[in-house]
Amino acid sequence: MDHTALELIELGAVFFGLGVLGRLAGKIGMSPIPLYLIGGLFFGQGGVVPLGDIGSFTQLASEIGVVLLLLLLGLEYSAAELFTGLKRSWMAGLVDIVLNAAPGAIVALLLGWGPIGALVLAGVTYISSSGIIAKVLGDLGRLGNRETPVVLSVLVFEDLAMAMYLPILTAVLGGVSFFGGLEAVGISLAVITVVLVVALRFGRFVSAIVDSEDREVFLLKVFGSALLVAGLASAMQVSAAVGAFLLGIAISGSTAENATRMLEPLRDLFAAVFFVVFGLNTNPASIPPVLVWAVVLAVVTTMTKVATGWWAARRADIGRLGRARAGAALVARGEFSIVIAGLAVSAGAVDGRLAALATAYVLLMAILGPVAARVVEPVAGAVQRRLARPEPSASPAPAPETPGTDPTNTP
Amino acid sequence: MNVEVTPLPGIGVRKDFGLANGRRVGVVTHRDGKIDLIVSKSEDPDACLASLPLTAEEAGALANLLGAPQLVAQLTEEHRELPGINTRQLPVKTGSPFDGRTLGDAAIRTRTGVSVVAVMRAGQVNPSPTPDFTFTAGDLLVAVGTPKGLEATAKILQHG
Repeated sequence: MDHTALELIELGAVFFGLGVLGRLAGKIGMSPIPLYLIGGLFFGQGGVVPLGDIGSFTQLASEIGVVLLLLLLGLEYSAAELFTGLKRSWMAGLVDIVLNAAPGAIVALLLGWGPIGALVLAGVTYISSSGIIAKVLGDLGRLGNRETPVVLSVLVFEDLAMAMYLPILTAVLGGVSFFGGLEAVGISLAVITVVLVVALRFGRFVSAIVDSEDREVFLLKVFGSALLVAGLASAMQVSAAVGAFLLGIAISGSTAENATRMLEPLRDLFAAVFFVVFGLNTNPASIPPVLVWAVVLAVVTTMTKVATGWWAARRADIGRLGRARAGAALVARGEFSIVIAGLAVSAGAVDGRLAALATAYVLLMAILGPVAARVVEPVAGAVQRRLARPEPSASPAPAPETPGTDPTNTP
Repeated sequence: MNVEVTPLPGIGVRKDFGLANGRRVGVVTHRDGKIDLIVSKSEDPDACLASLPLTAEEAGALANLLGAPQLVAQLTEEHRELPGINTRQLPVKTGSPFDGRTLGDAAIRTRTGVSVVAVMRAGQVNPSPTPDFTFTAGDLLVAVGTPKGLEATAKILQHG
């Protein structure tokens, strides 16, 4: 069999396998991300059936996957939305950073992975998966709930924090000296500020450049400009992912909506490759030694995210059940944790076990997140009923009602 | 009515208002134009009992159902003190000869003395329609006149 034929067969088998896994995930109502990771582990080095020939394609495809993940994230927001979201949620955002980055950083230090490892793992445990969360909120019919804007504004803050964090991370991973690193960070922060200001003021010009009536032309222009900007950003030491994210923010209005609609299938394809490649590069044998730490992190960061959501929702005067829902909704980690770990591993600047820990952690959290969001209502309801008697209601949380009577909420 | 407008970043906009009994009702408008009808729970006003996706057509039909009685009630109230004057809603049905023709063509006022004070279409009220207002099937005319005139108008709309 000639080489191309073999590559096509392997690639086809991988994609088809992912399709089957995705369908399985949909059937049991969970995110497909953990299954893609498991798929990657299965076929990777040390896995059951190692695939070697499609490395060069999958490597580039997974890079494109990251670019598209971040581009579509940016397309979700307009710069103005980011700023208002930031103004409204910065306190909750800071609580979020402190509570959820700390466990990762502490574990990395305990394992002796140094400050760089701490920075990486802090990012992995900090960032919630907006993809999983938005989907779960929609599936559970919670878009109209009063706590949902709180959850979303925390996510907006996280996305903006990512735009700051990723260039810093890439600079640090580049192994530059302290002052060199400071310079790189300074440059990237300046670039980000300029881009955000440009997006806010002149976003429609950026939109006009990529916009086109013709679907094909439009697709090529959007995809091409994303890769161009990502490549240039990468050359300037700002990570490719951040470049794509900023381009996404600069594109706004109906252009952004069209671009989202058109790029979504592409993103799903390439992002799936990205997760598989991450799994491929992780030796399954390296997971058991770090599994205990992954479980510890999963338990701790589940509680810290619930606390974050609870705190943020309480500030918005939301009842106890709503606070619990907000907290549980934020639990899921996914695509961006893997993006961060992927950047660190490909730079080769961190301990090899970090990838294994990140994989195991995201496997747990991507499954735990949707489950937590689902079971929080019955659980919190039961707890509330048990506690209802001795507690004088000091907050505007409604006391349990007898069926048939409506609460007269104070206006 | 104090309608609260809350942006939902990445999703759309929520517009809702509180009812006298403490519950909330409203819609979530998605960016792609999809509309969810939301109704809050009674025991937990933060949460939603229902989050019902509606097509544009369904939303229009629902708005019509909800809005029409109010408009008619208001007009009836206003004409109560005038004996012999009634308000009625008259539909332009599918197959009506005026589907696609104008209010002027129907010459309702000339023929029956009835005034068409508004036309409801797809949940929107078009007040004081001009003679060049073009009907389509599904429109609901709000007409004011004598019972006899209204009867005649209903016949005109149906048979020409």
